[in-house]
Order: sequence, then structure tokens, then C-alpha cells
Amino acid sequence: MSELKLERIDDNRWLLPQTGKMRVPGIIYANEKLYQLLKGDESTKQVANVAHLPGIVNYSLAMPDVHWGYGFPIGGVAAFDMEEGIVSPGGVGYDINCGCRLIATNLSLGDVKEKISDLTTALYQHIPSGVGSTGSVKLSGKDQKKVLEEGAKWAVKAGFGQQEDLEATEDGGAMTGADPEQVSARALERGKQQLGTLGSGNHFLEIEVVQEIFDEAAAQAFGLRKGQIVIMIHSGSRGLGYQICDDYLALMVKHMQETNIELPDRQLACAYLNTTRGRNYLAAMACGANYAWANRQLLMHHTREIFEKTLRMAPRELGMRLVYDVCHNIAKIETFNIQGKMKKLCVHRKGATRAYPAGHEAVPARYKSVGQPVLIPGDMGSGSYVLVGQEKAMEETFGSACHGAGRVMSRTQATKVSQGRSISRELADQGVLVMASSKGTLREEIPEAYKNLHDVVQVMHESGIAKKVARLKAIACIKG
Amino acid sequence: MKTYKVLDHTADIRIEVWGKTKKELFANAVQALFDLMFDIQYINTVEEKNVKINGADIEDLLVNFLREVLYLFNGKRWLVKKCKLLEMKSGQIVAQLQGEPYNSDKHQLKTEVKAVTYHRLSVKKMAQGWKAKVIFDV
Repeated sequence: MSELKLERIDDNRWLLPQTGKMRVPGIIYANEKLYQLLKGDESTKQVANVAHLPGIVNYSLAMPDVHWGYGFPIGGVAAFDMEEGIVSPGGVGYDINCGCRLIATNLSLGDVKEKISDLTTALYQHIPSGVGSTGSVKLSGKDQKKVLEEGAKWAVKAGFGQQEDLEATEDGGAMTGADPEQVSARALERGKQQLGTLGSGNHFLEIEVVQEIFDEAAAQAFGLRKGQIVIMIHSGSRGLGYQICDDYLALMVKHMQETNIELPDRQLACAYLNTTRGRNYLAAMACGANYAWANRQLLMHHTREIFEKTLRMAPRELGMRLVYDVCHNIAKIETFNIQGKMKKLCVHRKGATRAYPAGHEAVPARYKSVGQPVLIPGDMGSGSYVLVGQEKAMEETFGSACHGAGRVMSRTQATKVSQGRSISRELADQGVLVMASSKGTLREEIPEAYKNLHDVVQVMHESGIAKKVARLKAIACIKG
Repeated sequence: MKTYKVLDHTADIRIEVWGKTKKELFANAVQALFDLMFDIQYINTVEEKNVKINGADIEDLLVNFLREVLYLFNGKRWLVKKCKLLEMKSGQIVAQLQGEPYNSDKHQLKTEVKAVTYHRLSVKKMAQGWKAKVIFDV
């Protein structure tokens, strides 16, 4: 492929013209500064590669946090026609329904200042994290099937939460169409021991404080106020999701010749949506998604218990309420207006968050007047953002926004540049208490390994895809 | 003698591995995978397993082989120290693996490889021997 040139559309968008065998053009959301970072990265080429896939609609899109991924870029959004289009496990990612959950509390910074160390230690001791950690819930075969079918609903029924938690979870915490029969024995085996575990890598649980409110009305609807203590959880479907992706990728690679689709990269392997193989993947993927929602529900439940015990406060006093739970690695069948006609499409969001506007039927009743909360976790130092989905997202990005800051350094590079530094001390100097089961993880996750979160979020805000509601600052973080 | 190296790439971990023959290349790739994850000198050869792998072509075969041995660790908690290819014909291999069950007190995990990817995969015959490049998700 000849060198790809981006053409500026406006301050926050770049057009990747349709060349060669691309079926549609690409659009990358970036300001001038983020555009400069694209030059050192393969993600632009990957946006072009995705545009080669059959049935892709309108554009191959990249959010401002886009960076290199396997096959599909991370931060990529692509929608496919149900008849002519495909579904690709690599377009969802290994960690199916990796996502974020934000919990509000009645606490203010002053209430916990003295107890941060106790709270963090208790969270670190009781929430299993790190490589190979196992959860407190051991699933029987029958229960595991229910987890895969019912997701967070199973968790609430089993006593790990409340009905109102489900109302504040994307898809009510249970994706329809999940069929455990389509999940391999290997994936089930890997999933048995890991429910209720955080995992390793970029997954975390953070205690954060609301530092700034940008949109009073939306913040009020979300139950957020300045100085409030909130908790952000970032985790996914653990080994089970990985195995599902791995199994179906191998299967699709094996049958790639039959489908007669020319791929620039095997990791883009896919199946047509209207075939058994395509449908089976979606049914297995939904199981992975449901497992992840059950997992985050359990993690929240344990967090509630630990807060109650450590602070010696009753649930009512603490008021730990789920603001929202969003997934950012998923393929979903959603309806959009395509040239005046409402059409069902299979939207792949790999490192992208759904961002539905006010009034949309999928937005919980309590947020209907403002729109869906969009949770954007940043690096350990920068904290996080809460945004709210806008109508423009429906017009331009298949109802999607960014999902984080986006890496600029690989894990290997980050480990190299942080040699000899005490990352936990550096973060302590910035007012963040960090406990991690591996020092290696902390070095891989140094703040400078990521793009500037504020730039990424500002692009979404200015382009009208999702508006800023609140900025959160981490005060404590546990990592795998 | 070193049989693999980690390439400087924005990838999580990209390795280049060599072998005098195709069989040796495959065996070295398995050892590279476990050497990246653990200190291979602390793994003993207590047990033996044979695995049979199929693949559409040589690249697919290599990835399927690595996926299989990786599953031995992250699904079965079993570690590989030595690998020998018993059979290799078009689209199929049989390999003998020697190793032992994972013991977290004895085997320290350096890097958790979570998946073997197809991204930018290559297996090539060189003037002398064979060379492959594989990206691991960590």
C-alpha cells in the first residue's frame, strides 16, 4: 500500500481517502497535537485495513485515543451491513466487554482523607488481582451457564447487588442472544475460577474525587457533585473472553479461503453475519460480555462490603450507587439512520464506548433527559472523565466515543523508560496511593505511556460527539 | 546459543525465532514462549505430554501450536521446558513436550502472555535455516 495521507476536515477530524481496495474512506478524530502522534503509529494503516472488510458502512472510524492494535486499531469503530457484512473477533478484541463501572457515594474527600490508606489496603487484600488470581465465587457448571446467559442479572439474583444496579448497566448487564453451547470447554474451564477478579495489565480499581463539574444539569442527573468520593472499576471477561476470541479467530482463519475475502492481515479474520459461523461467534461473544458484567457486578459488591466494614458505616449512609457501567470492547446489533432509512447494523467497538444521546430508548429512564453517561478512565496520574452522549454521535460515529487516553508507548518501551524509578513514589507525590501486585505492571502503566487524556476528551467535546460532565482525580488505585 | 530475540516494536512483544530446520524452528518458538514467561531454568522435566496440531499452512500451524502450548499454562497450569517435534508433514505436527505442573512458589511469572496473535505473522525459509516472527499479547 502506498503511503497514506490524511486530509484535514476540521479542527478535530481527518479524512483518510478511499484508495486501493478500501471500500469506504476512513475518519480519524484528532486535533493537531494528536494528529502528530499518528505519524509514529501504525493505526492509520489499520483504519485503512478495516475499510477493506465487506459490508462496511459509511466510514472506518477512529476515536482520538486510537493506537496500534492487532488487526483492528484500538479506538476503532466500524459498522457492518447485516446482509453483506461481517463480524470479526479481532474487531471486538481479546478482552470481550472490557469496560468501566462508576460508583457514586455520599462521602466527601474530608470523610475519607484519614482512612484512605486503610481503605486501599483492605481493597487490595480482598479484591483478587494480578496474574492467575482466583475469585471467591466457585461456579458449578450449572451456575456458570447462568452467568453466561444472564450476566449481572445472575449476580444480583445471587445476592451480589441490587435491581437498580442493573438499570444503570449497559444492556441491563445481560446481552441477549448468549448461547453457552457456542463456548468451548477450554473457555469454560478458564472462566470457572476467575469470576470476581480484577485481572492484570491496565485493569484497576480507583478511589477518585470529583474535581470539576462542567455540566451541572447532567452531573445532577448522574448524582455527581464537586468534592464527592467515587469509585471507578476497569475490568473485563478475564481468561474466558480471551479464549472465546482465540477459538473463533482460529476457526475463522481456518475457513478464510472459503469466504473468499481478501485480508490485508490475518488478525482481521471474520465471518459473514448471515452465516452460522458468524452467528455462533456473536452468541459466544454475548456469553463473554455477560461474564464481564457479572464480574464487574461482583467487584462492585465486594467494594461496597469493604467500604462498609472499613469505615464502619451502614449501606444507607454510604449511599454507594452505580452511576453507570459501559463496555468498550464489543460488537452489537444496533439501529442507525443510514441515508434516511433506519437500518440494523453490527457495530464493532474495539476500545470505544457507546455514547447515546438524550431521549434514546436504551438510555436509563433517570438519564433520559440528559443522555447516556460515557466513562473515560485515564492513566494513573490524570484521573478520569465522565462525558454524556450527544446526537452528533448518532450521526457521525454510530453512537460511539473514545474509551480512554490511548497508549503512545508499548509496554516494553514503558518498562524501559521507567527503569530505576519508583513509580509508586512518583504517584504518591501526585497524591495517588497505589498498590499493585506487580511492580512490572506499574512501570508498564506509567502516565507518560499514554496520550494526554485532556486532549483526547477535548476532541470529543469540541466535535460534539460527547460533552464533558465531570473530571475525576484518582486518590488511590489498586492494580493487578 | 540464543534461538530468539525480542524485536523493538510498538507491539506488546514481538519475537524473531530461528531454527536450522522447520522442526527446530517450531521447538525453539515454544521454548521462547516459556522463556519469556518464566525463568526456564527453574522448570523441571518431570512429566511428558504429546500434542498433535493441525493448521491450514505453515503460519497457521505455528500459531496453533503456540496457542496449544500456551493453553497448557493458562488453562491447565502446566509448564513446558523442552520440546521436540516427532512428526511434521503438510498441515500437521506431533510434538513431545517435557515439563511440570505450575507451582507459584517455585515458578515466578515474569510476563504473562495472554494470547498468540496472527498479526504481522511470518514464517520464512532463509539461506540457512528458518525464521519466524510472532506477536504475543501480554
